[in-house]
Amino acid sequence: MTTILLLLQYTLIFASVLTLVALGGCYSEHSGVINLGLEGIMVIGALGGALAMKYLCIGLPAVLTILTVLAVAALSGVAYAALLGVACINLKADQTLVGTALNMMGVAAATVIVKAINTAANPNEPSSTVNYVEAKKAFVLKLGGFEFNWFMLIAVIILVIAYVILYKTKFGLRMMACGEHPQAANSVGISVYKMRWAGVLISGAFGGLGGICYILAGVSEWKFENGVAGFGFLALAVMIFGQWKPQRIALAALLFGFFRALSNVYSGFGFLASLNIPGTVYNMMPYIISLLVLAFTSKKSRAPKAEGIPYDKSMR
Amino acid sequence: MKKIFRNEGVQSFIASLLCIVAGLLIGYIVLLFINPSGASEAIGNVIKNFFTYSRDTLRWKNFGNTLVKTAPLLMCSLSILFCYKVGLFNIGAAGQYVAGSCASLYAALVWGWGWLPCMLLAIVVAAVFGVVVGILKAYCNVNEVISGIMLNWIGLYTTNTLLSQVKEEASPYTEYLSVKNPASILPTLGLSELFGKDNKVTIAIPIAIVLAVAIMVILNMTKLGYELKATGLNKNAAKYAGMAEKRNIIFTLAIGGALAGLGGALLYLTDAERWMCTASSVPGMGFNGIAAAFLGGLNPIGAIFSSYFIQHISVGGSHVDLTKYSSEISDLIAAIIIYLCGFVFFVKYAFNLWLARQDNKKDHRFTKEETDAVLKTQQKGGESK
Repeated sequence: MTTILLLLQYTLIFASVLTLVALGGCYSEHSGVINLGLEGIMVIGALGGALAMKYLCIGLPAVLTILTVLAVAALSGVAYAALLGVACINLKADQTLVGTALNMMGVAAATVIVKAINTAANPNEPSSTVNYVEAKKAFVLKLGGFEFNWFMLIAVIILVIAYVILYKTKFGLRMMACGEHPQAANSVGISVYKMRWAGVLISGAFGGLGGICYILAGVSEWKFENGVAGFGFLALAVMIFGQWKPQRIALAALLFGFFRALSNVYSGFGFLASLNIPGTVYNMMPYIISLLVLAFTSKKSRAPKAEGIPYDKSMR
Repeated sequence: MKKIFRNEGVQSFIASLLCIVAGLLIGYIVLLFINPSGASEAIGNVIKNFFTYSRDTLRWKNFGNTLVKTAPLLMCSLSILFCYKVGLFNIGAAGQYVAGSCASLYAALVWGWGWLPCMLLAIVVAAVFGVVVGILKAYCNVNEVISGIMLNWIGLYTTNTLLSQVKEEASPYTEYLSVKNPASILPTLGLSELFGKDNKVTIAIPIAIVLAVAIMVILNMTKLGYELKATGLNKNAAKYAGMAEKRNIIFTLAIGGALAGLGGALLYLTDAERWMCTASSVPGMGFNGIAAAFLGGLNPIGAIFSSYFIQHISVGGSHVDLTKYSSEISDLIAAIIIYLCGFVFFVKYAFNLWLARQDNKKDHRFTKEETDAVLKTQQKGGESK
């Protein structure tokens, strides 16, 4: 029984991460920019959040702690995503290349920064770990055997907001037009550059939130050398499986979250443990599932038509 | 003078140099922020790498060791640039490199094979990794970046599981080839003597350079190369012109996989490094290959030099004062360089546009003789009517 609760808890928290980040990807792609740098954005968001927890939130009440961490993580993500915006929207750089660069830069920068802070405190111990035991308690609520994390609720709220903005507001519909046919959007007076910037920055905010949520999922300290283990890309797979639609993304995230959670708790299930499958197989599970899912769903993909193509005003 | 600037190669070279200078400058600024007192020395050590040693023998030895790690990096960057020319972003090179490393080490340590079969197995296994990405791309329309990343992680976990069978009892590393199966170590052909003995310089380095030249020949001088590039430029046009565009995509990724996989074998079969069976992240070699490929202007010969440079500063990173800074500063510089490489196409485009505009201005400013000549021809034309 406790194992099932644990499985549910991990499924929900990982699904929250994937929902947040995939929604980020969804906004960016609907505006017409492929954001492969989500992984790096997650790391930077996590770094911002973790440092905020360590330094800003000492002695703050729980509500304020949560709000501060959320704000700092989202803002770090936005600032970092601006690097993608400058390169891909204004300078028309190759979006795949810049995204990859952001991923590498995210992990390297986070490691350098954290190690610098740690060595300044104690030259003999240059580790890339940030510890945030105290502040983490604000995010967690024990309900019997189930550890409720406020991020589960935050993810749902953001999902609803994201859905409403995308489909029910003028802004959302205009942004989607820029991802489908930017020239047509421009001809009716929509500024494609502004809309794409909006998409990229929103994706930065969601990515940053997803990042801090990811490192809060399990342990109470994080080693930044490890990055976020491909979660940014898993989120992109979730987004594709969800056909770029928020409500389907949430369902896809639950599926992927379940398989990711399984690798944490499989040993608690008697029948799974007795199968004697090595633990690495469970570790691989989310990646294998996503390959299979992509193979079957990408053919009739409903990707925004103009994604990945730099917008050039003079082209028709 | 202007003609020189118009040359594609010269432009690429200047652009790469600018990227390097800007990357190092930003790295230096980061170091200044961390601790201003030793920043100049630290960035100096990153650039100097083995020159930080005062003894000549040590310098040669460490130069050799930098070269040993350049060979696999060059293979990864060749893999990436070959696929990029065909319009595919082979980020899966990192996983293909892991697959090649795993296959060669497994064959050497478990089955006791010699170096040549080990190398061939690495090529085949890694090519299979590439083919999977290729099939998914060609027949299922799966973005090669995402499937590549997924395979990177699958490859990493599989490798950890398989190589755990041959790891040392006291450490997470695999056993030394020199202890278990010396026949699987690549022959040196006297090359290590050149670098003052006691190092791991083997035929890996000439193999990598020869392959770089081969890739250049294939891309620029064969029908196959032209077909592949045509597929990359416009898949539909290539199909219309009668090329098997699906087969070309799969074939390209197979070659890309083979190159990256061979890279893995060229490092691990020298015994210079051992696999850590508890590795929790994909080795950076494949990702640094992206930096090397773009820094080299997507030219195989350029890749030889850029790979060396990237490896040079990566090794140089370990020479910084570790009580103040971290060695990851060189990873950061490499990542900044890739980011800046994204701008190269735009800057080149803007520069050429500017050159063309200069030309136009000149064309419109006629000299007196020219104007007269034009007027004369017009008059003549009028008369003949």
